[in-house]
Amino acid sequence: MLRGALAGREFWPPAWRDPQPKPSYDVLVIGGGGHGLATAYYLAKNHGVRRVAVLERGWIGGGNTGRNTTIVRSNYLYPESARLYDFSLKLYEGLSRELNFNIMLSQRGLILLAHSRHDLDAMARWANAMRMNGIHAELLDAAQIAELAPALAVSAHGRLPVLGGFCQRRAGTARHDAVAWGYARAAAALGVDIIQNCEVQEIIREGGHAAAVRTSRGTIRAERLGIAAAGHSSVLAKLAGFRLPVTSYALQAMVSEPIKPVLDTVILSPGTGAYVSQSDKGEIVIGAMLDLFPSYAQRGSFAVTQSIIAATLALFPSFSRLALMRQWAGIVDVVHDSSPIIGATPVPGLYINCGWGTGGFKAIPVGGWTFAHVLATGANHPLAEPFQLDRFISGRLIDEAAASGIAH
Amino acid sequence: MMQIPCIFCGPRDENEFICGGTSHIARPPLAADDRAWGEYLFFRENPKGLHLERWRHVHGCGRWFNVARDTVTHRIVRVYAMTSAPGP
Repeated sequence: MLRGALAGREFWPPAWRDPQPKPSYDVLVIGGGGHGLATAYYLAKNHGVRRVAVLERGWIGGGNTGRNTTIVRSNYLYPESARLYDFSLKLYEGLSRELNFNIMLSQRGLILLAHSRHDLDAMARWANAMRMNGIHAELLDAAQIAELAPALAVSAHGRLPVLGGFCQRRAGTARHDAVAWGYARAAAALGVDIIQNCEVQEIIREGGHAAAVRTSRGTIRAERLGIAAAGHSSVLAKLAGFRLPVTSYALQAMVSEPIKPVLDTVILSPGTGAYVSQSDKGEIVIGAMLDLFPSYAQRGSFAVTQSIIAATLALFPSFSRLALMRQWAGIVDVVHDSSPIIGATPVPGLYINCGWGTGGFKAIPVGGWTFAHVLATGANHPLAEPFQLDRFISGRLIDEAAASGIAH
Repeated sequence: MMQIPCIFCGPRDENEFICGGTSHIARPPLAADDRAWGEYLFFRENPKGLHLERWRHVHGCGRWFNVARDTVTHRIVRVYAMTSAPGP
Protein backbone atom coordinates (compact mmCIF):
# COMPACT_ATOMS: atom_id res chain seq x y z
CA MET A 1 0.00 0.00 0.00
CA LEU A 2 2.90 2.31 0.89
CA ARG A 3 4.56 1.54 -2.45
CA GLY A 4 1.32 2.36 -4.27
CA ALA A 5 0.94 5.64 -2.42
CA LEU A 6 4.56 6.71 -3.05
CA ALA A 7 4.35 5.80 -6.74
CA GLY A 8 1.81 8.52 -7.38
CA ARG A 9 -1.20 6.21 -6.87
CA GLU A 10 -0.84 4.79 -10.37
CA PHE A 11 0.43 1.26 -9.83
CA TRP A 12 -2.14 -0.42 -7.62
CA PRO A 13 -2.09 -4.14 -8.35
CA PRO A 14 -5.52 -5.37 -9.54
CA ALA A 15 -7.48 -7.19 -6.81
CA TRP A 16 -8.88 -9.74 -9.25
CA ARG A 17 -7.94 -11.11 -12.68
CA ASP A 18 -9.58 -9.77 -15.85
CA PRO A 19 -9.92 -13.05 -17.78
CA GLN A 20 -11.19 -13.85 -21.26
CA PRO A 21 -14.35 -15.96 -21.10
CA LYS A 22 -13.71 -19.71 -21.49
CA PRO A 23 -15.97 -21.74 -23.83
CA SER A 24 -17.64 -23.55 -20.92
CA TYR A 25 -18.09 -23.55 -17.16
CA ASP A 26 -19.81 -25.69 -14.54
CA VAL A 27 -21.85 -22.71 -13.33
CA LEU A 28 -22.50 -19.31 -14.90
CA VAL A 29 -23.81 -16.53 -12.68
CA ILE A 30 -25.49 -13.73 -14.62
CA GLY A 31 -25.08 -10.46 -12.73
CA GLY A 32 -21.95 -9.16 -11.02
CA GLY A 33 -23.52 -7.35 -8.11
CA GLY A 34 -23.15 -8.36 -4.49
CA HIS A 35 -25.49 -11.36 -4.81
CA GLY A 36 -23.79 -12.72 -7.95
CA LEU A 37 -20.27 -12.30 -6.56
CA ALA A 38 -21.22 -13.80 -3.19
CA THR A 39 -22.83 -16.72 -5.03
CA ALA A 40 -19.61 -17.35 -6.98
CA TYR A 41 -17.52 -17.12 -3.81
CA TYR A 42 -19.67 -19.62 -1.87
CA LEU A 43 -19.84 -21.97 -4.89
CA ALA A 44 -16.06 -22.19 -4.77
CA LYS A 45 -15.65 -22.00 -0.98
CA ASN A 46 -18.56 -24.09 0.35
CA HIS A 47 -19.08 -26.51 -2.52
CA GLY A 48 -15.68 -26.78 -4.25
CA VAL A 49 -17.17 -25.73 -7.60
CA ARG A 50 -14.24 -23.87 -9.16
CA ARG A 51 -15.22 -23.68 -12.86
CA VAL A 52 -17.46 -20.67 -12.25
CA ALA A 53 -17.85 -17.39 -14.13
CA VAL A 54 -19.72 -14.23 -13.17
CA LEU A 55 -21.01 -12.30 -16.21
CA GLU A 56 -21.56 -8.59 -15.67
CA ARG A 57 -23.02 -6.27 -18.29
CA GLY A 58 -21.27 -3.17 -16.89
CA TRP A 59 -18.79 -3.21 -14.03
CA ILE A 60 -19.09 -5.19 -10.82
CA GLY A 61 -21.05 -3.53 -8.04
CA GLY A 62 -22.20 -0.80 -10.45
CA GLY A 63 -25.92 -1.47 -10.05
CA ASN A 64 -27.85 -1.61 -6.81
CA THR A 65 -24.79 -2.77 -4.85
CA GLY A 66 -23.29 0.68 -5.40
CA ARG A 67 -26.60 2.55 -5.09
CA ASN A 68 -28.09 1.50 -1.74
CA THR A 69 -27.92 3.26 1.62
CA THR A 70 -25.58 0.55 3.06
CA ILE A 71 -27.91 -0.50 5.89
CA VAL A 72 -27.75 -4.04 7.28
CA ARG A 73 -30.44 -5.32 9.69
CA SER A 74 -32.61 -8.35 10.41
CA ASN A 75 -35.78 -6.86 11.93
CA TYR A 76 -38.31 -8.96 10.03
CA LEU A 77 -41.70 -10.21 11.15
CA TYR A 78 -42.15 -13.85 10.16
CA PRO A 79 -40.00 -16.79 11.31
CA GLU A 80 -38.93 -17.70 7.75
CA SER A 81 -37.65 -14.18 7.08
CA ALA A 82 -36.10 -13.80 10.53
CA ARG A 83 -34.04 -16.97 9.98
CA LEU A 84 -32.96 -15.84 6.54
CA TYR A 85 -32.00 -12.24 7.32
CA ASP A 86 -30.40 -12.98 10.69
CA PHE A 87 -28.20 -15.63 9.05
CA SER A 88 -27.16 -12.84 6.66
CA LEU A 89 -26.37 -10.43 9.49
CA LYS A 90 -24.32 -13.14 11.24
CA LEU A 91 -22.32 -13.70 8.04
CA TYR A 92 -21.79 -9.91 7.81
CA GLU A 93 -20.48 -9.93 11.39
CA GLY A 94 -17.65 -12.27 10.34
CA LEU A 95 -17.24 -11.09 6.75
CA SER A 96 -14.18 -8.82 7.05
CA ARG A 97 -12.23 -11.75 8.53
CA GLU A 98 -13.74 -14.29 6.11
CA LEU A 99 -12.79 -12.26 3.02
CA ASN A 100 -9.66 -10.63 4.49
CA PHE A 101 -11.13 -7.34 3.27
CA ASN A 102 -12.39 -4.62 5.59
CA ILE A 103 -16.08 -4.15 4.84
CA MET A 104 -16.25 -1.49 7.56
CA LEU A 105 -19.22 -3.06 9.32
CA SER A 106 -20.47 -0.62 11.93
CA GLN A 107 -23.21 -2.02 14.19
CA ARG A 108 -24.44 1.39 15.24
CA GLY A 109 -28.04 0.33 15.71
CA LEU A 110 -31.21 1.13 13.78
CA ILE A 111 -34.07 3.08 15.35
CA LEU A 112 -37.56 2.97 13.85
CA LEU A 113 -39.74 5.93 14.73
CA ALA A 114 -43.41 5.74 15.72
CA HIS A 115 -45.31 8.88 14.71
CA SER A 116 -48.76 7.83 15.97
CA ARG A 117 -50.54 5.53 18.42
CA HIS A 118 -51.03 3.14 15.50
CA ASP A 119 -47.28 3.10 14.86
CA LEU A 120 -46.59 2.42 18.56
CA ASP A 121 -48.94 -0.58 18.57
CA ALA A 122 -47.58 -1.94 15.28
CA MET A 123 -43.99 -1.58 16.49
CA ALA A 124 -44.72 -3.31 19.79
CA ARG A 125 -46.06 -6.24 17.78
CA TRP A 126 -43.10 -6.11 15.42
CA ALA A 127 -40.46 -5.97 18.18
CA ASN A 128 -42.18 -8.78 20.08
CA ALA A 129 -42.28 -10.92 16.93
CA MET A 130 -38.54 -10.40 16.55
CA ARG A 131 -37.91 -11.51 20.13
CA MET A 132 -40.12 -14.57 19.59
CA ASN A 133 -37.80 -15.36 16.66
CA GLY A 134 -34.75 -15.01 18.89
CA ILE A 135 -33.57 -11.64 17.52
CA HIS A 136 -32.93 -8.85 19.97
CA ALA A 137 -35.22 -5.82 19.76
CA GLU A 138 -35.78 -3.04 22.23
CA LEU A 139 -38.89 -0.85 22.53
CA LEU A 140 -37.94 2.77 23.19
CA ASP A 141 -39.85 5.74 24.55
CA ALA A 142 -39.37 9.25 23.21
CA ALA A 143 -36.83 10.22 25.89
CA GLN A 144 -34.64 7.21 25.09
CA ILE A 145 -34.73 8.07 21.38
CA ALA A 146 -33.79 11.69 22.11
CA GLU A 147 -30.79 10.43 24.06
CA LEU A 148 -29.63 8.12 21.24
CA ALA A 149 -30.09 10.75 18.50
CA PRO A 150 -29.73 14.26 19.93
CA ALA A 151 -30.03 15.92 16.50
CA LEU A 152 -33.50 14.42 16.01
CA ALA A 153 -36.46 16.71 16.69
CA VAL A 154 -38.25 14.61 19.32
CA SER A 155 -41.57 16.17 20.17
CA ALA A 156 -45.10 14.90 20.60
CA HIS A 157 -46.49 17.97 18.84
CA GLY A 158 -44.21 18.60 15.85
CA ARG A 159 -44.99 18.17 12.15
CA LEU A 160 -43.85 14.56 12.60
CA PRO A 161 -44.50 13.70 16.25
CA VAL A 162 -42.02 11.18 17.65
CA LEU A 163 -43.87 9.16 20.28
CA GLY A 164 -41.46 6.24 20.60
CA GLY A 165 -40.09 3.43 18.49
CA PHE A 166 -37.82 0.44 18.65
CA CYS A 167 -34.21 -0.39 18.08
CA GLN A 168 -32.20 -3.29 16.72
CA ARG A 169 -28.75 -2.71 18.21
CA ARG A 170 -27.00 -5.23 15.95
CA ALA A 171 -28.14 -3.43 12.81
CA GLY A 172 -25.92 -0.81 11.23
CA THR A 173 -24.00 0.00 8.08
CA ALA A 174 -21.29 -1.60 5.95
CA ARG A 175 -19.21 -0.18 3.12
CA HIS A 176 -21.18 -1.31 0.05
CA ASP A 177 -18.34 -1.19 -2.51
CA ALA A 178 -16.07 -3.12 -0.14
CA VAL A 179 -18.64 -5.94 0.04
CA ALA A 180 -18.58 -6.28 -3.77
CA TRP A 181 -14.80 -5.94 -4.03
CA GLY A 182 -14.16 -8.25 -1.08
CA TYR A 183 -16.31 -11.04 -2.53
CA ALA A 184 -14.81 -10.45 -6.00
CA ARG A 185 -11.23 -10.67 -4.78
CA ALA A 186 -11.89 -13.72 -2.61
CA ALA A 187 -13.82 -15.48 -5.40
CA ALA A 188 -11.11 -14.73 -7.99
CA ALA A 189 -8.49 -16.13 -5.61
CA LEU A 190 -10.44 -19.41 -5.62
CA GLY A 191 -10.42 -19.53 -9.44
CA VAL A 192 -13.70 -17.80 -10.33
CA ASP A 193 -13.64 -15.80 -13.59
CA ILE A 194 -15.17 -12.34 -13.19
CA ILE A 195 -16.06 -11.14 -16.69
CA GLN A 196 -17.13 -7.51 -16.97
CA ASN A 197 -18.57 -5.66 -19.99
CA CYS A 198 -20.27 -8.91 -20.95
CA GLU A 199 -23.98 -8.58 -21.69
CA VAL A 200 -26.15 -11.68 -21.93
CA GLN A 201 -28.18 -11.37 -25.16
CA GLU A 202 -29.71 -14.81 -25.48
CA ILE A 203 -30.28 -17.82 -23.23
CA ILE A 204 -29.86 -20.90 -25.40
CA ARG A 205 -31.94 -23.99 -24.60
CA GLU A 206 -31.17 -27.52 -25.76
CA GLY A 207 -33.90 -30.11 -25.32
CA GLY A 208 -35.68 -27.69 -23.00
CA HIS A 209 -32.62 -27.27 -20.74
CA ALA A 210 -30.75 -24.00 -20.39
CA ALA A 211 -27.40 -24.91 -21.94
CA ALA A 212 -25.53 -21.74 -22.86
CA VAL A 213 -25.70 -17.99 -23.18
CA ARG A 214 -24.86 -15.82 -26.16
CA THR A 215 -23.12 -12.71 -24.89
CA SER A 216 -21.48 -9.59 -26.25
CA ARG A 217 -18.21 -11.54 -25.78
CA GLY A 218 -19.21 -14.82 -27.42
CA THR A 219 -21.19 -17.93 -26.58
CA ILE A 220 -20.50 -19.59 -23.22
CA ARG A 221 -21.78 -23.02 -22.21
CA ALA A 222 -22.60 -24.11 -18.67
CA GLU A 223 -24.07 -27.04 -16.74
CA ARG A 224 -26.18 -24.68 -14.64
CA LEU A 225 -27.07 -21.02 -14.97
CA GLY A 226 -28.06 -18.59 -12.22
CA ILE A 227 -29.66 -15.18 -12.64
CA ALA A 228 -28.89 -12.56 -9.97
CA ALA A 229 -29.89 -9.38 -11.77
CA ALA A 230 -32.24 -7.54 -9.35
CA GLY A 231 -34.26 -4.96 -11.31
CA HIS A 232 -33.38 -6.59 -14.64
CA SER A 233 -34.61 -10.07 -13.62
CA SER A 234 -37.69 -9.80 -15.85
CA VAL A 235 -35.53 -8.89 -18.86
CA LEU A 236 -33.44 -12.05 -18.42
CA ALA A 237 -36.50 -14.19 -17.65
CA LYS A 238 -37.99 -13.01 -20.94
CA LEU A 239 -34.85 -14.19 -22.77
CA ALA A 240 -35.49 -17.62 -21.25
CA GLY A 241 -39.20 -17.51 -22.12
CA PHE A 242 -40.97 -17.12 -18.78
CA ARG A 243 -42.45 -14.33 -16.64
CA LEU A 244 -41.81 -13.38 -13.02
CA PRO A 245 -44.08 -11.86 -10.35
CA VAL A 246 -41.74 -8.85 -10.37
CA THR A 247 -42.25 -5.16 -11.08
CA SER A 248 -39.19 -2.92 -11.43
CA TYR A 249 -39.25 0.42 -9.64
CA ALA A 250 -36.72 3.18 -9.06
CA LEU A 251 -35.61 3.54 -5.45
CA GLN A 252 -33.68 6.73 -4.85
CA ALA A 253 -31.09 7.89 -2.39
CA MET A 254 -28.99 11.01 -1.92
CA VAL A 255 -26.06 12.32 0.09
CA SER A 256 -25.23 15.72 1.52
CA GLU A 257 -21.85 17.38 1.74
CA PRO A 258 -19.70 15.82 4.48
CA ILE A 259 -20.04 17.31 7.97
CA LYS A 260 -18.65 16.53 11.42
CA PRO A 261 -20.16 13.56 13.30
CA VAL A 262 -23.75 14.33 14.26
CA LEU A 263 -25.64 11.04 13.94
CA ASP A 264 -24.10 7.78 15.19
CA THR A 265 -27.08 5.53 14.56
CA VAL A 266 -29.54 4.87 11.72
CA ILE A 267 -32.99 6.50 11.83
CA LEU A 268 -35.89 5.06 9.85
CA SER A 269 -39.28 6.72 9.72
CA PRO A 270 -41.48 4.07 8.09
CA GLY A 271 -44.41 6.49 7.98
CA THR A 272 -42.62 8.87 5.61
CA GLY A 273 -40.08 6.51 4.04
CA ALA A 274 -37.11 8.63 5.20
CA TYR A 275 -34.05 6.56 6.06
CA VAL A 276 -31.19 8.64 7.49
CA SER A 277 -27.64 7.84 8.55
CA GLN A 278 -24.20 9.45 8.43
CA SER A 279 -21.43 7.83 6.43
CA ASP A 280 -17.90 7.44 7.78
CA LYS A 281 -16.89 10.23 5.39
CA GLY A 282 -19.41 12.50 7.13
CA GLU A 283 -22.10 12.71 4.43
CA ILE A 284 -25.71 12.52 5.55
CA VAL A 285 -27.10 9.57 3.60
CA ILE A 286 -30.83 9.75 2.89
CA GLY A 287 -32.85 6.87 1.47
CA ALA A 288 -36.30 7.45 0.00
CA MET A 289 -39.49 5.54 -0.65
CA LEU A 290 -40.15 3.99 -4.06
CA ASP A 291 -41.14 6.03 -7.08
CA LEU A 292 -44.42 4.16 -7.40
CA PHE A 293 -44.56 3.55 -11.14
CA PRO A 294 -42.62 0.96 -13.20
CA SER A 295 -39.22 2.27 -14.22
CA TYR A 296 -35.85 1.14 -15.55
CA ALA A 297 -34.38 4.67 -15.39
CA GLN A 298 -31.63 4.87 -12.79
CA ARG A 299 -32.72 8.29 -11.59
CA GLY A 300 -35.51 9.23 -9.24
CA SER A 301 -38.44 11.53 -9.76
CA PHE A 302 -38.12 15.00 -8.23
CA ALA A 303 -41.56 14.61 -6.64
CA VAL A 304 -40.19 11.88 -4.37
CA THR A 305 -36.86 13.67 -3.77
CA GLN A 306 -38.79 16.69 -2.57
CA SER A 307 -41.10 14.78 -0.23
CA ILE A 308 -38.26 12.77 1.32
CA ILE A 309 -36.17 15.88 1.93
CA ALA A 310 -39.21 17.55 3.55
CA ALA A 311 -39.64 14.55 5.86
CA THR A 312 -35.91 14.45 6.68
CA LEU A 313 -35.86 18.14 7.56
CA ALA A 314 -38.95 17.75 9.75
CA LEU A 315 -36.98 15.09 11.66
CA PHE A 316 -33.61 16.92 11.58
CA PRO A 317 -34.23 20.69 11.30
CA SER A 318 -30.49 21.36 11.70
CA PHE A 319 -29.81 19.72 8.30
CA SER A 320 -31.73 22.44 6.44
CA ARG A 321 -28.58 24.35 5.35
CA LEU A 322 -26.74 21.29 4.02
CA ALA A 323 -25.93 21.16 0.33
CA LEU A 324 -27.06 17.96 -1.38
CA MET A 325 -24.14 16.58 -3.40
CA ARG A 326 -25.60 13.64 -5.29
CA GLN A 327 -28.95 12.01 -5.93
CA TRP A 328 -29.49 8.75 -7.83
CA ALA A 329 -31.72 5.67 -8.05
CA GLY A 330 -31.35 1.92 -8.33
CA ILE A 331 -33.85 -0.31 -10.11
CA VAL A 332 -35.33 -2.71 -7.59
CA ASP A 333 -37.27 -5.93 -8.20
CA VAL A 334 -40.42 -5.72 -6.11
CA VAL A 335 -42.66 -8.75 -5.64
CA HIS A 336 -46.11 -8.80 -4.10
CA ASP A 337 -45.02 -10.05 -0.66
CA SER A 338 -41.67 -8.20 -0.49
CA SER A 339 -39.83 -11.49 0.04
CA PRO A 340 -37.14 -12.97 -2.19
CA ILE A 341 -37.19 -15.82 -4.71
CA ILE A 342 -34.15 -18.15 -4.45
CA GLY A 343 -34.40 -21.33 -6.47
CA ALA A 344 -35.56 -23.07 -9.62
CA THR A 345 -37.30 -21.45 -12.60
CA PRO A 346 -39.67 -23.09 -15.11
CA VAL A 347 -36.58 -23.72 -17.30
CA PRO A 348 -34.54 -26.77 -16.20
CA GLY A 349 -30.93 -25.87 -15.45
CA LEU A 350 -31.78 -22.20 -14.91
CA TYR A 351 -32.10 -20.79 -11.38
CA ILE A 352 -32.90 -17.33 -10.07
CA ASN A 353 -32.13 -15.15 -7.07
CA CYS A 354 -34.39 -12.09 -7.14
CA GLY A 355 -37.28 -10.30 -5.49
CA TRP A 356 -35.21 -8.67 -2.74
CA GLY A 357 -36.80 -5.41 -3.79
CA THR A 358 -35.75 -2.52 -1.59
CA GLY A 359 -33.64 -4.69 0.74
CA GLY A 360 -31.05 -6.57 -1.29
CA PHE A 361 -27.86 -5.18 0.23
CA LYS A 362 -28.39 -6.58 3.73
CA ALA A 363 -29.11 -9.98 2.19
CA ILE A 364 -25.99 -10.30 0.01
CA PRO A 365 -24.26 -12.94 2.20
CA VAL A 366 -27.34 -15.15 2.64
CA GLY A 367 -28.44 -14.64 -0.97
CA GLY A 368 -25.03 -15.86 -2.13
CA TRP A 369 -24.91 -18.70 0.41
CA THR A 370 -28.34 -20.16 -0.42
CA PHE A 371 -28.12 -19.52 -4.19
CA ALA A 372 -24.72 -21.24 -4.34
CA HIS A 373 -26.30 -24.20 -2.51
CA VAL A 374 -29.06 -24.70 -5.08
CA LEU A 375 -26.69 -24.12 -8.02
CA ALA A 376 -24.17 -26.65 -6.67
CA THR A 377 -26.53 -29.37 -5.43
CA GLY A 378 -29.77 -28.84 -7.34
CA ALA A 379 -31.62 -28.89 -3.98
CA ASN A 380 -32.91 -25.86 -2.12
CA HIS A 381 -31.03 -24.69 0.95
CA PRO A 382 -33.34 -25.15 4.00
CA LEU A 383 -33.31 -21.37 4.61
CA ALA A 384 -34.49 -20.77 1.05
CA GLU A 385 -37.15 -23.50 0.97
CA PRO A 386 -40.08 -21.14 1.79
CA PHE A 387 -38.87 -18.60 -0.80
CA GLN A 388 -39.71 -20.39 -4.04
CA LEU A 389 -41.36 -19.09 -7.19
CA ASP A 390 -44.27 -21.53 -6.80
CA ARG A 391 -45.57 -19.68 -3.73
CA PHE A 392 -47.19 -17.25 -6.17
CA ILE A 393 -49.24 -20.17 -7.49
CA SER A 394 -49.99 -21.88 -4.16
CA GLY A 395 -50.72 -18.56 -2.45
CA ARG A 396 -48.37 -19.23 0.47
CA LEU A 397 -46.91 -15.72 0.49
CA ILE A 398 -44.58 -14.39 3.21
CA ASP A 399 -45.81 -10.84 3.44
CA GLU A 400 -43.03 -8.60 4.74
CA ALA A 401 -44.45 -5.40 3.27
CA ALA A 402 -44.09 -3.58 6.59
CA ALA A 403 -40.69 -4.96 7.61
CA SER A 404 -39.20 -4.28 4.20
CA GLY A 405 -38.82 -0.78 5.60
CA ILE A 406 -39.69 1.12 2.44
CA ALA A 407 -43.27 2.10 1.70
CA HIS A 408 -44.53 -0.02 -1.22
CA MET B 1 -40.93 15.31 -12.59
CA MET B 2 -43.13 13.82 -15.31
CA GLN B 3 -45.96 15.81 -16.83
CA ILE B 4 -48.85 13.46 -17.43
CA PRO B 5 -51.57 14.57 -19.89
CA CYS B 6 -54.80 13.54 -18.16
CA ILE B 7 -57.32 12.91 -20.94
CA PHE B 8 -59.90 14.94 -19.01
CA CYS B 9 -57.84 17.78 -17.45
CA GLY B 10 -54.76 18.17 -19.66
CA PRO B 11 -51.10 18.06 -18.56
CA ARG B 12 -50.47 18.00 -14.80
CA ASP B 13 -47.54 17.14 -12.53
CA GLU B 14 -46.90 13.48 -11.80
CA ASN B 15 -47.63 13.83 -8.07
CA GLU B 16 -51.31 14.53 -8.81
CA PHE B 17 -51.59 10.93 -10.06
CA ILE B 18 -51.18 7.37 -8.88
CA CYS B 19 -50.13 4.53 -11.14
CA GLY B 20 -52.40 1.48 -11.09
CA GLY B 21 -50.01 -0.88 -12.87
CA THR B 22 -50.35 -2.83 -16.09
CA SER B 23 -53.52 -2.33 -18.16
CA HIS B 24 -55.57 -4.78 -20.19
CA ILE B 25 -55.15 -7.82 -17.92
CA ALA B 26 -58.14 -10.06 -18.48
CA ARG B 27 -59.55 -11.88 -15.46
CA PRO B 28 -59.69 -15.64 -15.97
CA PRO B 29 -62.96 -17.53 -15.60
CA LEU B 30 -63.91 -18.59 -12.07
CA ALA B 31 -63.22 -22.22 -12.96
CA ALA B 32 -59.56 -21.41 -13.71
CA ASP B 33 -56.91 -23.50 -11.92
CA ASP B 34 -54.38 -22.22 -9.37
CA ARG B 35 -51.74 -21.59 -12.02
CA ALA B 36 -54.05 -19.39 -14.10
CA TRP B 37 -55.08 -17.42 -10.98
CA GLY B 38 -51.47 -17.00 -9.84
CA GLU B 39 -50.47 -15.79 -13.30
CA TYR B 40 -53.39 -13.35 -13.32
CA LEU B 41 -52.70 -11.95 -9.85
CA PHE B 42 -48.92 -11.75 -9.72
CA PHE B 43 -47.00 -12.50 -12.92
CA ARG B 44 -46.24 -9.53 -15.20
CA GLU B 45 -44.31 -8.72 -18.37
CA ASN B 46 -42.51 -5.86 -16.54
CA PRO B 47 -41.08 -4.65 -19.87
CA LYS B 48 -37.95 -2.54 -20.27
CA GLY B 49 -39.42 -0.20 -22.86
CA LEU B 50 -43.03 0.45 -23.84
CA HIS B 51 -45.57 -0.30 -21.08
CA LEU B 52 -49.35 0.07 -21.23
CA GLU B 53 -50.48 1.12 -17.77
CA ARG B 54 -53.37 2.64 -15.85
CA TRP B 55 -53.14 5.96 -14.06
CA ARG B 56 -55.69 7.75 -11.88
CA HIS B 57 -55.81 11.53 -11.56
CA VAL B 58 -56.37 11.16 -7.84
CA HIS B 59 -55.78 14.82 -6.90
CA GLY B 60 -57.72 16.09 -9.94
CA CYS B 61 -60.77 14.69 -11.66
CA GLY B 62 -60.34 11.35 -9.87
CA ARG B 63 -60.76 9.37 -13.08
CA TRP B 64 -58.80 6.47 -14.53
CA PHE B 65 -57.22 6.41 -17.99
CA ASN B 66 -54.53 4.50 -19.88
CA VAL B 67 -50.98 5.64 -20.60
CA ALA B 68 -48.51 4.11 -23.06
CA ARG B 69 -45.14 5.04 -21.56
CA ASP B 70 -41.51 4.01 -22.03
CA THR B 71 -40.12 2.68 -18.72
CA VAL B 72 -36.54 3.67 -19.63
CA THR B 73 -37.03 7.24 -20.88
CA HIS B 74 -40.42 7.86 -19.14
CA ARG B 75 -41.62 9.35 -22.43
CA ILE B 76 -45.41 9.14 -22.80
CA VAL B 77 -46.37 7.92 -26.26
CA ARG B 78 -50.15 7.95 -25.95
CA VAL B 79 -52.95 8.51 -23.45
CA TYR B 80 -56.33 6.93 -24.07
CA ALA B 81 -59.63 6.09 -22.41
CA MET B 82 -60.14 2.97 -20.29
CA THR B 83 -62.46 1.54 -22.93
CA SER B 84 -60.25 2.27 -25.95
CA ALA B 85 -58.38 -0.49 -27.76
CA PRO B 86 -54.90 -1.19 -26.32
CA GLY B 87 -51.76 -0.12 -28.14
CA PRO B 88 -49.26 2.70 -28.38
